[in-house]
Amino acid sequence: MLKLPIYLDNNATTPMDPRVLEAMTPYFLEHFGNAASRNHPFGWEAEEAVDYAREQVAKLIGADPKEVIFTSGATEGDNLGIKGVFEMYASKGNHIITATTEHKAVLDTCKHLEKIGGEVTYLQVKADGLIDLAELEAAIKPTTILISIMYANNEIGTVQPIKEISAIARKHGVLLFSDATQAVGKIPVNVNKDGIDLMAFTAHKMYGPKGVGALYVRRKNPRVKVTAQMDGGGHERGMRSGTLNVPGIVGFGKACELCMLDMEEDTKRIQVLRDKLETELLKLEEAYINGSKEHRLPHVTNISFKHVEGEGLLMGFNKNIALSSGSACTSASLEPSYVLKALGLGDDLAHSSLRFGLGRFTTEEQIDYTIKAISETVLKLREMSPLWEMYKEGIDLSTIEWAAH
Amino acid sequence: MAYSEKVIDHYQNPKNVGTLDKSKTNVGTGLVGAPECGDVMRLQIEVDDATGMITDAKFKTFGCGSAIASSSLATEWLKGKSIDEALTVDNMDFVEELSLPPVKIHCSVLAEDAIKAAINDYRVKNGKEAIKFEESVVH
Repeated sequence: MLKLPIYLDNNATTPMDPRVLEAMTPYFLEHFGNAASRNHPFGWEAEEAVDYAREQVAKLIGADPKEVIFTSGATEGDNLGIKGVFEMYASKGNHIITATTEHKAVLDTCKHLEKIGGEVTYLQVKADGLIDLAELEAAIKPTTILISIMYANNEIGTVQPIKEISAIARKHGVLLFSDATQAVGKIPVNVNKDGIDLMAFTAHKMYGPKGVGALYVRRKNPRVKVTAQMDGGGHERGMRSGTLNVPGIVGFGKACELCMLDMEEDTKRIQVLRDKLETELLKLEEAYINGSKEHRLPHVTNISFKHVEGEGLLMGFNKNIALSSGSACTSASLEPSYVLKALGLGDDLAHSSLRFGLGRFTTEEQIDYTIKAISETVLKLREMSPLWEMYKEGIDLSTIEWAAH
Repeated sequence: MAYSEKVIDHYQNPKNVGTLDKSKTNVGTGLVGAPECGDVMRLQIEVDDATGMITDAKFKTFGCGSAIASSSLATEWLKGKSIDEALTVDNMDFVEELSLPPVKIHCSVLAEDAIKAAINDYRVKNGKEAIKFEESVVH
């Protein structure tokens, strides 16, 4: 029987795989040691477990275990990667190139650096959410030290042309950092084939625990260094001090191993469900996919239902279906998603969007229920929408002078 | 954010959704908000010219649950009221009745504005001057 509520917000976080929890449990209880304790078996066990997890994580992204720095999550990875490079390479330059659709952990980090002498170029994206490679190359100058472009977007799932981006970065001797939070574990990511120098990702987006992530830092061709952002015991080769979260790291490692094993099959199955959901919902009039349809994560879709407001739409079923909306009616600013606006979407369409993130545990039954519930709610709210009525009467909404609020 | 039960009830069973014939001289229409802001309310009243009483009220709203609930509640309140009584409806009445949180106060302001706009539309149609209202504080 269908169990409610249904979880379709896997871009926000994923449920933990029970196999991950099973791997973690002993490290809370009998193997509780500090991985930095060198003088007794408790420490040795913990260190061994961390080493093993480091291998599992490295393998998933095609890296050497020594290139994996454990962090508390992707936000820390973004901060350490970007600020760490900014400080370490200060003598080479102060210019960073990023894009307007990056996650706030990247954008706010860049804004912080601007306040302390950094110069940042924010590339606009095209209507499909992809950056323009020619524009990227044109933005590089002698002082450019870092390009920071996310692997895949959290709201629309658009996958950037990382290989092409890294080729440009290499050509100009600039480092490439990528926030790959949404991509790792979902699609094949290989730091060597992709030419990435630094990469942040996190366990809880790939069926692992919250509070643990990693920063990949390249050791060869070129050897990359980051300045630590936290001072202390010199853990993680001096780049990230702090006692290691051993159970979390063990879980992260297991989650990576499972993604490696299951990715192909999971992806195939999830994509079929995503495509079904999308095809059925697009049968509604005036429904549009946001972002590139071609260069996209297989488990994500972001759809605008014109003339229906996103939060009002969610209210029709959010007791039973967990989703998120690009509308930000709950925030005082009333500003809709900056990512959708960056695609050139009008505020009205941005306010009308829903983000679907399917996952390993999504079933066809859940998708069928979702299609029905959303279609019914859209139709019901359109009956109630003055904009829909005007649209149906053939009135061009852009010609109306709205009372500004 | 959890909605109050009254908001949920209005959202699930909205009262007086629909359209009145705006070509009639005794129908006043107020259209407020903007699609860019995520809220558009259209409130209509039908007035008995002889008595000045509001005999019918309808709404259509594009917006969140609180905006839909506020406009639904507005139509309930307006029916059977005189124009003068309708003018005394204040946005805080919506906030109290629907237990709207601070981030949703703009929905109540919009509902109050919609009432005033509908009344003014009715007045202008009938050769009266539009009433000038002071700008609402919360926008």
